[in-house]
Amino acid sequence: MSVSVLITIVLGLAAIGYVLARRRALAVVDGDSRKLHSRTGYYGQFVFLMTAVPALLVMLVWLFVQPVLIESRIGGMIPESAFPEGGELTLVMSDVRRISNGLDAIEATGQGAAAALDATATDVRAEMAAVGVALGSDVSPEVLSAAQSYRKMQHTGAFWLSIVALATALAFLVGSLSRIRADQRARNISENFVLALLIGASLVAIATTLGIVLSLVFETYHFFQLYPWQDFFFSLTWNPQFRGGSDLGFIPLIWGTLYVSFVALIVAVPVGLMIAIYLAEYAGPKLRSVAKPAIEVLAGIPTIVYGLFALITVGPFLRDWIAQPMGLGDSSSSVLTAGLVMGIMLIPFVSSLSDDIINAVPQSMRDGSYGLGATQSETIKQVVLPAALPGVVGAILLAASRAIGETMIVVMGAGAAAKLSLNPLEAMTTVTVKIVSQLTGDTEFASPETLVAFALGLTLFTFTLALNVLALFIVRKYREQYE
Amino acid sequence: MFDTPHRETSVDQTEIKISARGCQVYYGDTHAIKDVSVEIEDKTVTAFIGPSGCGKSTFLRCLNRMNDTIDICRVEGDILLDGEDIYDPKVDPVQLRAKVGMVFQKPNPFPKSIYDNIAYGPRIHGLARNKAELDEIVEKSLRRGAIWNEVKDRLDAPGTGLSGGQQQRLCIARAIATEPEVLLMDEPCSALDPIATAQVEELIDELRQQYSVVIVTHSMQQAARVSQKTAFFHLGNLVEYGETGHIFTNPEDPRTESYITGRIG
Repeated sequence: MSVSVLITIVLGLAAIGYVLARRRALAVVDGDSRKLHSRTGYYGQFVFLMTAVPALLVMLVWLFVQPVLIESRIGGMIPESAFPEGGELTLVMSDVRRISNGLDAIEATGQGAAAALDATATDVRAEMAAVGVALGSDVSPEVLSAAQSYRKMQHTGAFWLSIVALATALAFLVGSLSRIRADQRARNISENFVLALLIGASLVAIATTLGIVLSLVFETYHFFQLYPWQDFFFSLTWNPQFRGGSDLGFIPLIWGTLYVSFVALIVAVPVGLMIAIYLAEYAGPKLRSVAKPAIEVLAGIPTIVYGLFALITVGPFLRDWIAQPMGLGDSSSSVLTAGLVMGIMLIPFVSSLSDDIINAVPQSMRDGSYGLGATQSETIKQVVLPAALPGVVGAILLAASRAIGETMIVVMGAGAAAKLSLNPLEAMTTVTVKIVSQLTGDTEFASPETLVAFALGLTLFTFTLALNVLALFIVRKYREQYE
Repeated sequence: MFDTPHRETSVDQTEIKISARGCQVYYGDTHAIKDVSVEIEDKTVTAFIGPSGCGKSTFLRCLNRMNDTIDICRVEGDILLDGEDIYDPKVDPVQLRAKVGMVFQKPNPFPKSIYDNIAYGPRIHGLARNKAELDEIVEKSLRRGAIWNEVKDRLDAPGTGLSGGQQQRLCIARAIATEPEVLLMDEPCSALDPIATAQVEELIDELRQQYSVVIVTHSMQQAARVSQKTAFFHLGNLVEYGETGHIFTNPEDPRTESYITGRIG
């Protein structure tokens, strides 16, 4: 019985439990529902949860434990001699799994009994290829028999899983039904369950963040065991050599990141702020309802598309019209290219948030200013903007942390040369670009040249986290002002 | 059935500051003010009373064109300030509002220092040529706003940090710092406790020496205490206008009588 069918059956049992529980609750009090502690529906929910949750938990645990158990037993069955040259147990095990899937497929075609296959008699590899399972080498008899017993154990496991899950569901169904009494606090139980579900959902987000940080920290720790941290933080050259002996100084990269982000903010902040002021203070409600979503479309464009725009349009334009005539360089990828395009991407972040913040400035502030004979522009400059300033700063910091973490636009727009230069028309590179280039490709996963990516990632994460915290802090402080 | 405003003989003897004739106000399709004609005297406190939604605040906001900031609002009829039509295209509402100051229902100090709150208007209108003059204007306004003694040691503190009553007196001081000729007050005491209210009322009485003050209030006791003239609005109509003492002791219209005795509103 497959897992999805099993889940359906368990849920079906739970649904039956729901109906039965409502009836039983009414029967317990002779049809007078006022004598019950909770409304009848809650008794139904109680039995539903009692039936479904334990059975599903059992299934979940089983599905995690079963593969581990089976693999350890099969692993013991394969003699070392069966390993291909230079191979490892994990490689053999993945072959075993694929052959076992192939056996299932052969069984499904109905042409031959999978158990009867004999590695010495038939060409197992060709048979597998016929059902769409590609194998790297011929199958040895040991591996085939391991795969056959792997398959058998899986089937046995699935059978017992069905039995155990259904038994659990039935036992809890009957048990909870018989426990229904008039004074049972059914509503509290089902509401507590929902509460636990909500808490669990928020824990998922927090646990993931924690997991990401921890994995970064561990790999970074490995990196610093292989590479001196002084060189990482203070060396001015970035020159990875996959033969070893590379310079992994992080300063040229962070310089590129900050330079590109700076250019992006120079573009995004003034334009975004002016858009926000126009939308919040001058635009009529009709125009606003059209213009605001239209500007927010910018935020929905995938960054790879911005990258294309930088690569194909902005880069060559800057090179042909500015860099070459002025003799400042002849590269189409440059800090200015990436910065300009990223700035365009950030405009909606600044404008949309600032617009909301300017709108949140109470009308009474504006009235007070108009009442003193101030013009609209004086009111905006001297009352509305100062009042909104902390929130606007928060919006800008959020945009900055976006800019620092941005990858695709800089990959395509800024180039890949790690340089410490002030010339904005020269190609430079950023932390994110180097993380990509260090981790892609066939490289060993234990050398400092790849592990440096984690150190870079952690540094970047620290930067953006600090900016986000600062932004949150400022925004929160501002919110208290009018409440 | 419109009642013509009841005029006292004394009106003719003093100077008329603001005169409205056949004023109509519409919010979209709603007719909020119906044919109101009223003459407001100089150096007098005039109170507008009436039940909620009767249009007294709307009419008040017409007097310095604050309704211009509301898109759907339309004003018809004439409103004259010193004989000049304030809705004439030649008149800049910004300049008008410097002459006709306004204090709002909820204290609304800017999120700036106390000093900057007061100096805001004078700076905009260029009333001070140097820092010393500005200092002088700020001190004078705070003194006239009866709040100088409470804030003189902390002029750099934010205006939003003051208590509700202090904030409202700060807003009044801010309004008089621009040297207006008329001061409009829209329920200035409704957010204040009785002690702060008493302070503000005392202040209003002093302001009468120099300004024409128009105050909208829900409290009939307050109208009786601070005003010399009272106008009673009901459902967008000006029902009765006259000497405060007369309105409260001997109202001519039955609606006015019902309102001040507490039977409607």
